[in-house]
Order: sequence, then structure tokens, then C-alpha cells
Amino acid sequence: MVPVVQPIGRAFLSGLESIGRLSIFAARALSHCVRPPFYPRLILKQMIEIGYYSLPVVGLTAIFTGMVLALQSFTGFARFSAEAAIPNVVVISITRELGPVLAGLMVAGRIGASMAAEIGTMRVTEQIDALVTLSTNPMKYLVAPRLIAGITMLPLLVLVADIIGVFGGYVVSIYKLGFNPGTYIRNTIDFMETLDVVSGLVKAAVFGFLITLMGCFHGYQSRGGAQGVGIATTNAVVSASILILTFNYIITELFFSR
Amino acid sequence: MSDVTAKISIRGLSKSFGSKHVLNGIDLDVFEGESVVVIGGSGTGKSVMLKCIIGLIEPDSGSIKVDGEEMIGASRAERAKALRKFGMLFQGSALFDSLKVWENVAFGLIHGQRMPRAQAKEIALRTLGAVGLGPEVGELQPAELSGGMQKRVALARAIATEPEIIFFDEPTTGLDPIMGAVIDGLIRQCVDDLGATALSITHDMSSVRRIADRVAMIYEGRIIWSGPVAEMDRSGNPYVDQFIHGRSEGPIKMPVRPL
Repeated sequence: MVPVVQPIGRAFLSGLESIGRLSIFAARALSHCVRPPFYPRLILKQMIEIGYYSLPVVGLTAIFTGMVLALQSFTGFARFSAEAAIPNVVVISITRELGPVLAGLMVAGRIGASMAAEIGTMRVTEQIDALVTLSTNPMKYLVAPRLIAGITMLPLLVLVADIIGVFGGYVVSIYKLGFNPGTYIRNTIDFMETLDVVSGLVKAAVFGFLITLMGCFHGYQSRGGAQGVGIATTNAVVSASILILTFNYIITELFFSR
Repeated sequence: MSDVTAKISIRGLSKSFGSKHVLNGIDLDVFEGESVVVIGGSGTGKSVMLKCIIGLIEPDSGSIKVDGEEMIGASRAERAKALRKFGMLFQGSALFDSLKVWENVAFGLIHGQRMPRAQAKEIALRTLGAVGLGPEVGELQPAELSGGMQKRVALARAIATEPEIIFFDEPTTGLDPIMGAVIDGLIRQCVDDLGATALSITHDMSSVRRIADRVAMIYEGRIIWSGPVAEMDRSGNPYVDQFIHGRSEGPIKMPVRPL
């Protein structure tokens, strides 16, 4: 009995320990985001890295998602003669769900991995220890600028993704499915509510926090050379992706459950 | 020299990782302006001791006083104040690879002392000159430098803020003998010129003889001998004798299995 229960107990305790460590790390990181000194140069650098350099991948994801959504909706809705609902389906799906979730997942792969690898390498090569000896708090210098950039840039990225995604649906609807452009745009604007966009942007801010937190946390905790950095990178992407999907449900519940 | 005047005073310092006892009650004094080198084999706790002093590792018990101020259990502000007295040269140089060489050297000035970048750059280039590197090196990335040059840059970074206490972690590891001698000479020169207190750890005996005023040997987590470098060869301690002559036979046993 003991050999069976022991590993389960060990895994459970280890899980609790990780949650505790992550919670303390997150609390410390957030406290450094609001306490001076700040590093505007580093924050700007991270904003460009997260916001500007993620635009191509997020834009491409959004436009093809919008296009596929219009096409799939048409083939499905045609069975019920409900093709007119396509603009509504595209805009609500993109702004509420697909925009923030797909942008979040793409950024998790791009930024979460790179943050974990960079900070992990700094950890194993003693660069983080060197920061301490140079009277610089690594949480303030490395983690806080990334969190601030993630929380602020993801909503902007998602806003752009929303516009591009809806445009993708428009292009397919007009040029392939034969919709009237004026009617399509009017339907889209009439059906869209402020809450659809706002809920998506709130999700984006939360996802930005989760992605950067996971990247920084796993990088910061990495041990044991190249292999440790590799594990940290994988863990950062996997945990951020799972958390994005989990929090997507929680935030949807908070905004839209009746 | 009395305990009161010690720049760094360590008493009963212990640290374990799980069941492995790395430090078993270290007692060591480092006095102002002297260069102390701690020798000992790999895995004997030299680096852990250094990291405990700096505050990178929390010891299990004992006392570490810097200028008479207790560091263990000190507040964040007290620890930050003590950190401003420290400079450190890391074994692998630990240069920030996303920054240019001059930005590495000026890092403590810009971020630790909030000095304007232009002024910090001037000091950084001057400090690079002091370790034999021209201003053109300042514009390079650390990855573009050889191991010896990286060590010099790391040395320049450690001394740029003119710290009162400088730690050297295996300063010549991985360098050829000539570059090792150059680095040792620079270390000795920096310590003498700045009047700094230096605590180094190494197992390179040539380096020890060049940079130490006093030597302490660590074995199984304790300081088993300490004395002036000139007395090291006639310490009468069989552990020290075996170590400094690099003999495989002696009281220090290396567990090796036959092939």
C-alpha cells in the first residue's frame, strides 16, 4: 500500500509547494510593479518585444481565423438558411473568445518561451546573482518590466487582432460568399456590444500577466545548466497555455453567466 | 588583531542542503585592507560560504558581521546598505550578455548609485583602461570577447563602484597560465590601489601565492587552518600539505572506484 500511496502523496505535496512558491513570486513581482524605482527603458524595450514583434504572428493568426470562421459558418448556417447571421457570429466569436485566446496562445509560445530561456540562462550563468551584488533587485529589474509590458501590450495586441480577424471574415464574406459590403458592416456594428470588446480586452490583460509571470517564474527557478533552461522553457509555455484556457473560462463565467 | 576590527567576521556558519552538510561551523575573520584566500577542494563549501556572506544563500545558523553589523536576519535596508560595500568577480564572469561591455562595467554606477549614463560611461571606460582594455572594447558585446578579456571586464565591473570589500570566486579558473598571472596581478593591483578588503576562493595554488596576504583552508565545511601565506608551506597541517602539493596520498581521500 505504502509504495502506491507514497508517490501520490509526494506529488501532491510537491504540487502544493509549487503553488506556494508561485504565489509568493507573483505577489513579490506585483509589489515591485507599483514601487519605485522603475526602469522605463526596460519597460519600453519589453513593450516593443511583446507588442510590436508579436504583431505579425498575431495578425496572421487573426486574419485566417476570421476567414475560416466566415467560411465554416456559411457552410453550417446555409443548412438552416441563416447565412445572414455570419457577420454577428464572426464579430462575437472574434472579440469575445478567439481574439484573446488565440493571441494569448501565440504570445505564450513566442514570448513566454523566450522569457523563460533568457532569465533561465541568466540564472544558470550567475547573472542574476551578479545583479544582486550590483545593488539591483532582480525582481524589479527583470520581472517587473516584463509583467508591466505583458499586462499593457496584450490588450493592444488583441484589439488589433479583433480588427484584423473581423476584416478576415469580411473579405471571405464579400469576395467569396457574395455578401453586400454595406450590409455586412452595418450588421457587424449593430450586433457588436461594448461588453464583447471589453471582456476580450480584460481577458487579454489577464493573459498578458499569466504569460509573463510563467515565463519569468520558470526562468527564475531554473537549475542545472542547458537542460534546466530547456525544462523551464517547456514548463513556461505549457503552464501559460493551460492557465490561459482555465482563466478564459473563469472570466467568461464572470462576464456572461446569468 | 582583535575581533572588533574585523571587516568581515564569521562565526559558526552552517548550511545544509537536505541531508548534505556543506558548512559545519565556519569561523573566519577578514581584516580591513587584507587579502584573504580560502582554499579547498571542489565541493567543500567555498562558494556556498561566499554566497552566504553576500546574502545569495540563507545560512541555517551562525553569524556574519560586516563592519560589526550582523547580516543574518538583517532588514532589507540594512542588507542593501551592506551590498553597496561589496563587489564580486564571478567564476564564469557572469557578464550581462544583452548589454555592451561598457554598460556591464557601468551597471553598478547607473542602477546601484543612480549615476547619469554619460558620467558612468566615462568611469567605465577609465576602469576598463585600468584592467588593460581600450575604449573600443567598451562598445563590443561580451560574447565577442575571449575568456581572458571577459574576466578582465568582470574585474572592471567588480571594482568600478570602488567597493570596500571585493569577493573573487575562482578568478583564474579556465584561463591559461599567462592570463591567470595577468588576472592575479590585476587583482593584487586593484586591492592595493583601492585599499579594499579582498576575500577570494580558489584551488589554484599559483594564484594563492600571488594574491593572498593570508590563507585559510576549508575542509568538510570547517576552516581547518589559517595563517599568513608565507607560513603555508610550513603549516604542519597534513591536510594543507597534501592540498598545496596536490598529492593524491594523504588524509584527504578521494573516493574513486577501479575501472
